[in-house]
Amino acid sequence: MATRVTDTKVGRKEGTRIGGGPRFPGPNGKGPSGNGKGGEHDERGRRFSPATYRITMWVVLAAVVMMFAALSSAYIILSSGGQSRPVAMPRMFFLSTGVILLSSLSFEKAKRSLKQGAQIKYLRWIWLTLLLGLAFLAAQLTGWRELAAEGVYFASHPHSSFFYFFTGVHGVHLIGGILGLFYLILRLKRRKELLVSERTITAAEVVALYWHAMDGLWLWLFLLLLVWK
Amino acid sequence: MAVEAHESVHRHEPPKGFIRKYIFSLDHKVIGIQYILLALIAVVVGMAMSLLMRLNLSWPGTSWPVLETLFPGGAPGGVMNPEFYLSLVTMHGTMMVFFVLTTAPQGGFGNYFLPIQIGAEDMAFPFLNMMSFWVTFVGFVVLLSAIFFSGAESTIGPIGGWTGYAPLSALGQIAGPGQGMGMNLWVISIAIFCVGSLLGALNFITTLLNMRTRGMSLMRMPLTCWAWFTTAVLALLSFPVLLGGGILLLLDRVAHTSFFIPAGLYVSGVLSGTQESFPLHTGGSPILWQHLFWFFGHPEVYIAILPGMGATSHILSTFARKPVFGYRAMVFAIFAIGLLGFFVWGHHMFISGMSPYSAMTFSILTLSIGVPSAVKTFNWLGTLWGGKIRFTTPMLFALGFVSLFVAGGITGLVLGQTSLDLPMHDTYFVLAHFHLVMGVASIFGMFAATYFWFPKMFGRFMNEPLGKIHFWITFVGVYCIFVPMHTMGMVGMPRRFAQFTEYEFLKTLHPLVMFVSIAAIITILAQLLFYANLVWSLFRGRRAEDNPWEATTLEWTTATPPPHDNFAGLLPTVYRGPYEFAVPGAPNDYVMQTEPGSEVTSGDGHEGHRH
Amino acid sequence: MGRVLAVIIWILTLGSVALFTTRKWWFPTAISEHAAALDRQFLITIIVVGIAFTAAQIGLGYTLWRYRDDASRPRATYTHGSSRLEVIWTIITAVVFIGLAVMGQSVWASLHFNQAPAGAYQVEAVAQQFQWNFHYAGKDGVFGRTDPKLIDDSTLNFVGLDEADPNARDDAVTTALAIPAGRPVEMILRSKDVIHNFWVPQLRFKQDLVPGMAIRVHFTANTPGKYELACAELCGQLHFKMRSYMLVLPEAEHRVLIALTQEQFQTRMGELLAKYQLPVSGE
Repeated sequence: MATRVTDTKVGRKEGTRIGGGPRFPGPNGKGPSGNGKGGEHDERGRRFSPATYRITMWVVLAAVVMMFAALSSAYIILSSGGQSRPVAMPRMFFLSTGVILLSSLSFEKAKRSLKQGAQIKYLRWIWLTLLLGLAFLAAQLTGWRELAAEGVYFASHPHSSFFYFFTGVHGVHLIGGILGLFYLILRLKRRKELLVSERTITAAEVVALYWHAMDGLWLWLFLLLLVWK
Repeated sequence: MAVEAHESVHRHEPPKGFIRKYIFSLDHKVIGIQYILLALIAVVVGMAMSLLMRLNLSWPGTSWPVLETLFPGGAPGGVMNPEFYLSLVTMHGTMMVFFVLTTAPQGGFGNYFLPIQIGAEDMAFPFLNMMSFWVTFVGFVVLLSAIFFSGAESTIGPIGGWTGYAPLSALGQIAGPGQGMGMNLWVISIAIFCVGSLLGALNFITTLLNMRTRGMSLMRMPLTCWAWFTTAVLALLSFPVLLGGGILLLLDRVAHTSFFIPAGLYVSGVLSGTQESFPLHTGGSPILWQHLFWFFGHPEVYIAILPGMGATSHILSTFARKPVFGYRAMVFAIFAIGLLGFFVWGHHMFISGMSPYSAMTFSILTLSIGVPSAVKTFNWLGTLWGGKIRFTTPMLFALGFVSLFVAGGITGLVLGQTSLDLPMHDTYFVLAHFHLVMGVASIFGMFAATYFWFPKMFGRFMNEPLGKIHFWITFVGVYCIFVPMHTMGMVGMPRRFAQFTEYEFLKTLHPLVMFVSIAAIITILAQLLFYANLVWSLFRGRRAEDNPWEATTLEWTTATPPPHDNFAGLLPTVYRGPYEFAVPGAPNDYVMQTEPGSEVTSGDGHEGHRH
Repeated sequence: MGRVLAVIIWILTLGSVALFTTRKWWFPTAISEHAAALDRQFLITIIVVGIAFTAAQIGLGYTLWRYRDDASRPRATYTHGSSRLEVIWTIITAVVFIGLAVMGQSVWASLHFNQAPAGAYQVEAVAQQFQWNFHYAGKDGVFGRTDPKLIDDSTLNFVGLDEADPNARDDAVTTALAIPAGRPVEMILRSKDVIHNFWVPQLRFKQDLVPGMAIRVHFTANTPGKYELACAELCGQLHFKMRSYMLVLPEAEHRVLIALTQEQFQTRMGELLAKYQLPVSGE
């Protein structure tokens, strides 16, 4: 059955194949089941599959959501305690919420431009998103100073701790998104594609997915802090 | 076999240079071996700790001179003090649960064999895969460092148990020895481990969903793959919760927050908020820590056992020369265990002070999870029934898994009932239960996997007689160690007691305590046989062919050891299910997954036209 | 090899079952009201467990014995399973397991789903590293006010009793517990520092004491005597030494005790602890 391959240098040309039997390359190398990398190979030896990257980003988001779900439950439980004092939502957080919503819009604009092939426009929208992201972080930090000015500190009480903690942890994850934006910018500059490739679009889509999730996550945290006392 | 000329094959050359090839390797096979090596080291540390614990419990007050040299603070005059004992308890649990049971079965064997069994060249993200191992390794180093940084406190690490209940774990040094720096390092180590685990999980999930070769439908995957996949999903959804909780705990310890520390505490003569060593706390909930921890902790125990179940199904079928009985039911059972595993965490907390109504709900759900586990056991027996059983060493360990899983799992029926947990909670009955399932059955799964796959990984068999001796001593030994613990728990022996000398009602248990310790010493020593076998076989084992066990799945179709890109550039095509043994009319009593042909029905009768 | 393995499995099974059936090491004799039902539920469960365990191991051994590879058959039986069997054994298992689960709630419900009955004797337990403190309301039956700020271990005010409160004047705090026999007892469980757990094996009852919470539990002890009290939740390095005693006193003796003044109470407790003996080990 299987012929021993004793070294990796020799590419198999003819002779018995591992697995035996004829192969049926279907369209795009896909067979009736499985993803069958039996068709065209790219320079890395396998077909580019956008699905791989999209699935992975959803998987990453599942983990992120679980952590924030756990922290949200902790917040709800601890804020229901008798000793909790209500904390006024810093005005800055309203502003930052608006900013991050805008940044999601600008990212969508960027994607649209990219799909139309307008790479310069795409780059500009990405830069705008990035700046809005940084503005968001700045607003968050200012919001912290507002809290401290009101006498609400990190270690005052679990309820107040969460105002700092949620924004902090979310901010750290957002920095990940900002790094993703930098990656998209660098990628475009270095690759200098004449025609926008599927890989470039997938990269943008995947980072956008993460970015929108961070947006949605902040909305959730903001509303939670606002509504649940 | 059709000979075909086709377009030139694209190969992936292995990297050059020792560092790229063996240290910072992107090859899932090397990474798998690295995880296994890590587990092999961690388990020795864990076993040494349990040996010391048994010595202390059986011969309390004895002076062990070697301990005085190694741990002058923890064992002054060679006599272990209570905090030293408790730090052994804590580090043993942490080491074993995280760095043995959550590394080797999934990160070790899963990493090595998942891509090959589904016909892929590597994991989806080799770089992330490498990072997952090295992050885990850093976590291990940080955990070990807790041993050294706690020296002044005369412990070898924190003393909160591997469960680290707050406020004991959250208060810091004021709560006692072993609760200072060592505890900080412990939390950090676990947080790092969470990250490593998550990186691994996302690789497994994406690879399995997206990189199966042609013909490898989901229902044609070996059960090992289903187990690894479900384990990865469990890890993905549970580790973030532990990470979140761990960060909150660390903040309580270093940033003076009060997530888990309520107001008005008076610890070691100091009232909360009156001294710098004990700042003001208010509003925290100790039970919250338990919820967060066990929401992770319960799926974690299924993470520890599911890969072993997968390997057992795989190995039982191979050596019974018979298809797995009820493949589909097995898949559903794996799902059911995984899913239900998220809804039963409260059974660790019945008497914690949480709502008794919640306790009841958790209790009923807990006993429900026994159903898919029982179904799996029946199917294993069904696989063996009517078989033609070959008693090789891997088969012995797989059979041992079945026996021990039943022994350990069945007492879940007792502990899962709220009423019966009232006397049983935190006694040796619990210890017996979880050691039998995790510390023994799961380990047997790994032993079985090692003996089974060693020939494929290294091209040589492990020494069979030595393996069999290893099995016999270990199998009988673990029964002798852990079955008596049930009765100890019934008499009322509490967990985490450094000594049993203080209570009259425990005095009758002395003969059992001694029996258990003797059995433990013998069994631990017997593991040296396993290590010796590993080393010896690497160099002198009998050479193995590509498919020495006459098995059917994809790893046995490729070279031994598999080349860097697993299939020498020619990805296999799968025509059948994974356990086609004893097929009537076939020339051999096994038909490989890659064997084409239409007369013989495929594994699930669907010829790959699903998924 | 198959036959040897089968025999070894059967011997191990026999040994395991024997360890339980000899009852050489078993629960101590129970003294509480709910214990009879609890012990009965345990017995039913352990019998089901024993049967399942034994049947599985015997089945496993038999299968290995009968189907070991020998020349009698050329091949194993080719089958992928039986949906019918799957359904049957899933249903049977589910019925037995869920049945046990439901049965196993009744004692729990009786203890935890309702408040302590009216007229229950109340005593407060305050645990700390590493001793038990029991706070008695005294003759007036009213607990004196306590405040964490007033706690001072060095002056032996372990529970932070407010001496200014008139109700506190007759309160007593001791390290041992004394409760009446045959009468429901309500305990209010608190902790000063970390989580502890109240555990008396003969009582068949366990409960965590959580700092920041005052947990109310109730039970009825029927047999007078002295019983060891242990902490059953890891609380620090002397967790294993956090021992005390629970005295179950005949009604009359108890009534006399709780009417005593603070100083007399301490002395009397000492006398009672000397008077009553622990149960004989193994009982």
